[in-house]
Amino acid sequence: MTLLTTVFAAIICTIIWYKNAPKDEMKVGILCWMYWGASLMWLVDAIFEYAELHAEYFTPAPVDMLNDFYLGLSVVALGMIIWLVILLIKDPKGVIKAALFKKNKK
Amino acid sequence: MACFLVPVAEAVVTTVITKAAKSKETEPSALKVKTDNDSFEVEIKIPFSRKLKWLTNLLWGGSILLAFEHVWHGEVVPWFPFLTAASDPAEASAMLSEMATVGVSMAVLITAVWGVMLLVTNAMEKKALEAQTTSN
Repeated sequence: MTLLTTVFAAIICTIIWYKNAPKDEMKVGILCWMYWGASLMWLVDAIFEYAELHAEYFTPAPVDMLNDFYLGLSVVALGMIIWLVILLIKDPKGVIKAALFKKNKK
Repeated sequence: MACFLVPVAEAVVTTVITKAAKSKETEPSALKVKTDNDSFEVEIKIPFSRKLKWLTNLLWGGSILLAFEHVWHGEVVPWFPFLTAASDPAEASAMLSEMATVGVSMAVLITAVWGVMLLVTNAMEKKALEAQTTSN
């Protein structure tokens, strides 16, 4: 479930990135790399788990599934927080800079 | 248990190589590409450091999220020795075995995917160069 959640997040981010490419003002590319990297790593984890459990791998207990989904959502949220921090620090649109150094006009 | 440490180690190495490659690179070579509306567009050949950055991004991004999963499962803790499996010799052996199998496979898969990306982009660059030479 964690793998599935991250893969969906990666696909959605890639679509958003492609829609705005070659411009990447919002730095959505960061999210794509993060989610695809995690998805590939969890895919390996899933393959090893499948090799151990076989068909049982596809019939997890509802509680485990819910916990994995909860983890998946938390992972997506963490990825978005990291992206937001990078976006605000790099400030590609200069919004933060403009807000900080704005002079009051009389 | 600690499988994400292998991609982290690779990420550290690729980050260092990326920085070194970037400092050695000169101006990127430009390719002139003919577009559909009979005008020319200048495309820049992708520098190797940028391509290497794709691998670095995949490795760091994936490792950070995987590290969070390990914290979630209580396998990584904020106190010494940071890995719960490291405090028990039997569990430490299982952890090392998992790093050697799952961790190495993760690093290999990520690198293989990046390798495919390199092949595709190299083919695209070659095609653009060929289109440029035939138009001249």
